[in-house]
Amino acid sequence: MKSKTLLAAAGLAALAASAQAEVKVGMITTLSGGGASLGIDTRDGFMLAIEQAGRDDVEVIIEDDQRKPDVAVQLADKMIQSDKVDLLTGIVWSNLAMAVVPAATAQGLFYLSTNAAPAQLAGKGCNPKYFSVSYQNDNLHEAAGAYTKSTGYAKPFILAPNYPAGHDSLNGFKRFYDGELAGEIYTELGQTDYAAEIAQIRASGADSVFFFLPGGMGISFLKQYAESGVDLPLVGPAFSFDQGILQAVGEAALGVKNTSQWSKDIDNEANAAFVAGFEEKYDRLPSLYAAQGYDTANLLLSALDKADIADADAFRAALAEADFASVRGDFSFAANQHPVQDIYVREVIKEGEIFTNKIVGTALEDRANAYVEDCSM
Amino acid sequence: MSALLIAEQVLNGLQFGVMLFLMAAGLTLIFGVMGLINLAHGSLYMIGAFAAAAVAGATGSFLLALLAALVAAALAGALVELAIIRRLYNKDHLDQVLATFALILIFSEGTRWLFGSFPLYLDTPDWLSGPVRLPGGVLYPAYRLALIVFGFAVAAGLWLLITRTRLGIKIRAGENDREMIAALGVDITRLYTLVFALGAGLAGLAGALVGAIQSVQVGMGEPVLILAFVVIVIGGIGSIGGALVAALLVGLTDTLGGIFLPEAFKLFMDPAKATTVGSAFASMAIYILMAAVLVWRPTGLFGARG
Repeated sequence: MKSKTLLAAAGLAALAASAQAEVKVGMITTLSGGGASLGIDTRDGFMLAIEQAGRDDVEVIIEDDQRKPDVAVQLADKMIQSDKVDLLTGIVWSNLAMAVVPAATAQGLFYLSTNAAPAQLAGKGCNPKYFSVSYQNDNLHEAAGAYTKSTGYAKPFILAPNYPAGHDSLNGFKRFYDGELAGEIYTELGQTDYAAEIAQIRASGADSVFFFLPGGMGISFLKQYAESGVDLPLVGPAFSFDQGILQAVGEAALGVKNTSQWSKDIDNEANAAFVAGFEEKYDRLPSLYAAQGYDTANLLLSALDKADIADADAFRAALAEADFASVRGDFSFAANQHPVQDIYVREVIKEGEIFTNKIVGTALEDRANAYVEDCSM
Repeated sequence: MSALLIAEQVLNGLQFGVMLFLMAAGLTLIFGVMGLINLAHGSLYMIGAFAAAAVAGATGSFLLALLAALVAAALAGALVELAIIRRLYNKDHLDQVLATFALILIFSEGTRWLFGSFPLYLDTPDWLSGPVRLPGGVLYPAYRLALIVFGFAVAAGLWLLITRTRLGIKIRAGENDREMIAALGVDITRLYTLVFALGAGLAGLAGALVGAIQSVQVGMGEPVLILAFVVIVIGGIGSIGGALVAALLVGLTDTLGGIFLPEAFKLFMDPAKATTVGSAFASMAIYILMAAVLVWRPTGLFGARG
C-alpha cells in the first residue's frame, strides 16, 4: 500500500542515468481502497501525457493517500520537506484537497488540481498558486440543472449524499433550475441500498430524477432503480456514468443523460491521440479522471517550456495562459484560475459489448463558475 | 403519505432485515460458540460477491453463481480458521480484533490483486427482473421479494439445523460449556472449523444476493459488518433467534425511520429544516434502538450470558 514509484519519464532518457530531473512533481492520489479506480485513472492519464511528450526533465513521485485526509497531509509534508517537490497534484476528493491545498500553497508550492475543486478554494480561499484543471465542483450539476430546465421537465426529484460536495451538487443544480421540485433528499454517504428513496420518488409525483451518487453508490442506485419499475427519466453528473463503473451497471444505465466537460467522442486531434494512446498503453477506455490527469500534465509541460518553476510569477503567468492542446477543445482559465469550458450532455450507449457515452448536446457554453466574484485575485 | 408508500417501505425493511440476518447469524454463531470477534466477516461477504460475479460472468447462471459464493466463502472461512483463527481462541479480544483486522486488509488487497480496482458486474437473473404487482396495488421488485422469501427459508433451515440435528446439539452445547463437551469426547477443533465455515458461507451467500442489486467492489463488506454487530448485540450474542428478531427490527427501524422521522418533525418545524433534522435522527435511529435495548436488557433481547 505504501508503494513508492519513482518514474523518470521517457524510455530512452532513462538510459542516460546522469540526466538530472529538473522538476519534481508530487502526486498524491487514491490507489487503494474503495475509490482506487479514480486515482489509478488520474495517475495513468497523467503519466501517459509525460510519456507521449518524451520528457526526461520531469520526475513524478506517486503516493497513495488511501482516501484518508490524515494520510494525504502526511504525504504532502513528506513530499515538501524531504523529497523537495516543486509542485503537488493528483488529489481526487474534496475533503482531502481541503486538508492539503491551503497548507501547500502557504508553503509556496504550486498545486494543480486534477479533480477536486471545492467552492472554498474557488471563492474567498482562492490562491495565486492554486489552479484547477478539471472544473469547479458545482459545474456539472449546474449543467444538469440547465439541461433539466431546457428539456421542459417541471417537477424533478433531486438527491445527493449528505457531505459538502453533495450540498454543492444540489445547490449547483438549483442555480440553473429554478422551477418546482417534487422532492429533495440527502442520503447517507456510502449508502448502498436506495429502496427507501426509490419508494419516495415513486410516491412523489415527480416527472424526472436528478441524482449525484459517485462511484459504488451510483451503481447500486441505478441497478435498483431499473428493477423498481419506476420509469422516470434520469439525469446526473458524469461521475456515476464513468467508463470505470459503467460496465458494472450494465443495461440499467442505457439511455441515461449525464453532464460532463469531457467525452471520448469530442472531435479534436488531442482527444483522438489521448484516447488511442490510453487504450493502447492500458488496454481499457479512458475515463473522465484520466482525461483530467492528461490535461493537467500537458498544462504543466506547456508552462515548463515557457518559464522556470523557480520564478513563481513567470510560471504562474505561463500556467494561466493555458497554452496547451486540451482534450476538451477550447480551454482557458477564469480570473480565479478555474476552467472556462463547454459542458456537454452525454447519453449512455452500447458500442459492441462495451457501455460508453456519446455527446448529444451542449448544456452550458464557456461556463466559468459562480465564485469568480468572491475571489480577490 | 399514502398506504402504498408505507407498504413498500415495510417490505424494504423486511428485505434489508433478512439480509442482515444472513450476515449476523454467522457472526453470532462464531462469537457464541468460540468467543471470537471476527472483524473479517465482512471480507467473507465480499468474497461471496466476487465469486458470484466471476462465475455468473463465465457461465451466465445465477444459481451456479450463488452456489459458487457459498462454496468460495465457506472454503475461505475454513482455510482462515485452520491457518490463523485457531491460534486466537485463547487470546484476549484485543488480539483477535488486531488479527482479524489484518485479515480485512489482506483480503481487500488480495481481491484487488485478483480482480482489479474496478467494480464488477453482477445482475439479477432474467426470471426475477422487473417489478411485480402485489395484492393491494403495491409495485415491488420481484428480486427483492425473492430475497425476503429466501431469507426466511434460510432462517427456518438454520433453526432446524440448530434444534433438530446432532451438529446443532453440539453447537448449542459448545455455546454453553466448551470444556465440558470437549471432555465428553466431541472433537471440538473440527466443530469450530465447521461452525466457522458455516458462518462464512452464510456471509458469502448474503454478499452474492445483495451484490446483484448493489455494487460488487473491494471494501463492500465493512459497512454491513458494523450493522451486523449492532444486530447481534441487540439480539443477544450467540442467539440465532435473537439475531433474526434483531435483524428485522434494525431493518424496519432504519427504513421506516428514514421516512417517518422527517414527516414527524414537519409537524412543528419548517419543512426544509425538518428534512435535515429528521434524516439526521433517522441515521441515528438504530443506534438509539441499540442503546434503549441495552438499558432494558443488558445482555440483549435473547442473550443468555450475564
